[in-house]
Amino acid sequence: MAATVRPVQRKEFKFRESSYLPEVLRGLAITTRQFWRNLVGQRDIVTLQYPEVKKRYPNRFRGRHRLMLRDDGQVRCVACMLCSTACPANCIHIVAAEHTNTSIEKFPQKFEIDLLVCIYCGFCEEACPCDAIRMDSGRHSLPTFSRSPQNIGKIDLMEIGSLSIAKQGGKNA
Amino acid sequence: MLELILLSVAKVMGIVMVFVMAVAALLTWIERKQSALIQNRVGPNRASVAGLRLGGIFHLAADAVKMLTKEDFDPETDNPLMFRLAPFLAVVPVMLLFAVIPFGPGEHFLISNVGVGALFILAVSSLGVYGSTIGAWASNNNFAMLGSIRTTAQMISYEVSMGLNLVGIFMIYESVNLQDIVIEQGSLIWGWLPAWGIVLQPLAFILFMTASIAETKRAPFDLPEGESEIVGYFVEFSSMRFGLLALSEFIGIVAVGATAAVLFLGGWQIPWVQGTGGWLTVAQVGAMILKTLFVVWLQMAIRWTLPRFRYDQLMRLGWQYLLPLSLLNIFITGVVLMFVEQGRI
Ligand code: SF4
Ligand code: SF4
Repeated sequence: MAATVRPVQRKEFKFRESSYLPEVLRGLAITTRQFWRNLVGQRDIVTLQYPEVKKRYPNRFRGRHRLMLRDDGQVRCVACMLCSTACPANCIHIVAAEHTNTSIEKFPQKFEIDLLVCIYCGFCEEACPCDAIRMDSGRHSLPTFSRSPQNIGKIDLMEIGSLSIAKQGGKNA
Repeated sequence: MLELILLSVAKVMGIVMVFVMAVAALLTWIERKQSALIQNRVGPNRASVAGLRLGGIFHLAADAVKMLTKEDFDPETDNPLMFRLAPFLAVVPVMLLFAVIPFGPGEHFLISNVGVGALFILAVSSLGVYGSTIGAWASNNNFAMLGSIRTTAQMISYEVSMGLNLVGIFMIYESVNLQDIVIEQGSLIWGWLPAWGIVLQPLAFILFMTASIAETKRAPFDLPEGESEIVGYFVEFSSMRFGLLALSEFIGIVAVGATAAVLFLGGWQIPWVQGTGGWLTVAQVGAMILKTLFVVWLQMAIRWTLPRFRYDQLMRLGWQYLLPLSLLNIFITGVVLMFVEQGRI
């Protein structure tokens, strides 16, 4: 395919423009008008006063992770490692353990996400086969004074978790 | 003798410390606030004293505290003395300017009635280049050096037309003494038009403002700083040393404001009001301050309106447009004066 070349004609400045002065005055008029409009009544101001006024994030915003819960409040995750395998940043660390309930088989003894390493790509929630990890909390990670609190564990993740309407465990459950 | 010294000290305190420093300090806040409002933002508004915000005016104090308590970093330089001297070299000339500016009629509102006041202003304002150049060269940094080269070239180029612009004023008022120039501006032409510099020399006023904004190194002529590309001649300065360099720029704005007010806007003269004394004097000092603030505001508004020039455009504007126009202005002034003297106008 041949490249399409589109020559753009530069606008030649007329004397009125190249003598600066009328255009400078026009610019000054615009900035001065805007100054007074905003000084008296803040008419065009777009700034949000952040901590007091917060903007609602869009529905698909990927925020802090949360681990969803079973109906009895246990963690939904079955420690299948799909999320930590999919994670491009390698920041999910799961230690699996055997569950006493044989129909569940496995559960994560330790489930840690290092939020400083996470790139919020959302691959983990895509990979999860049983709706156990989600990023729909609408929160972004908060600043902390040291690194270690950013490595959040299972308890923190479950704290903002909730029940899922998805059925887990196939036919026999 | 002692009386004279005390009086001078009082005048210096009154003019420089109370008026100039206060305005310069306020400008650091006003600039942020004004630019914010022009750009549909709110600007600094968080600093508060006892829950009172007052539009963030306390950022003045917060900034000062921040500047004074930050680490004062010394770069590895072969010339630490010059590096430390540079902020003073920048701030002293702009403050010196106020020595000859008459803020009101008579002796009491003028620190020193120098016979060659206007020339003193031109001489001292060109000294300002030393502060930025020496500071940049002593800080042993290539970016600072680039900034200082730009500063030097720019200031030297624009000084030429700045000086030539004032020649027209000197020709009309037949004096280089600022107080005399202001007194001359009190007269009326044809009985109704104030004989202000801006009325008699409109072209010179525009050229003078352009050249002086270039002298104070502010946008659209802020190439010596050029934050987005070379950071500027003060890149190695930190804490209050940087603060002093920035403050010298703001004092420079006030100085340009006062100079333009004296030379072009009639100084302390209130139009159509003759005579001095009593409350009228107070009003006249007020008028001078208002005029100064107006020119200060004009410079700030221009800074937030126009984009920066390219360097070749800057040089072309300085040498190919401003300089010939200044010479043309002198020529026209001369011709008109000749006709006036022959009684033809
Ligand atoms: S969002 Fe991406 S980077 Fe973060 S944990 Fe999930 S898969 Fe890893
Ligand atoms: S969160 Fe989902 S994908 Fe990750 S280990 Fe648990 S069940 Fe598997």
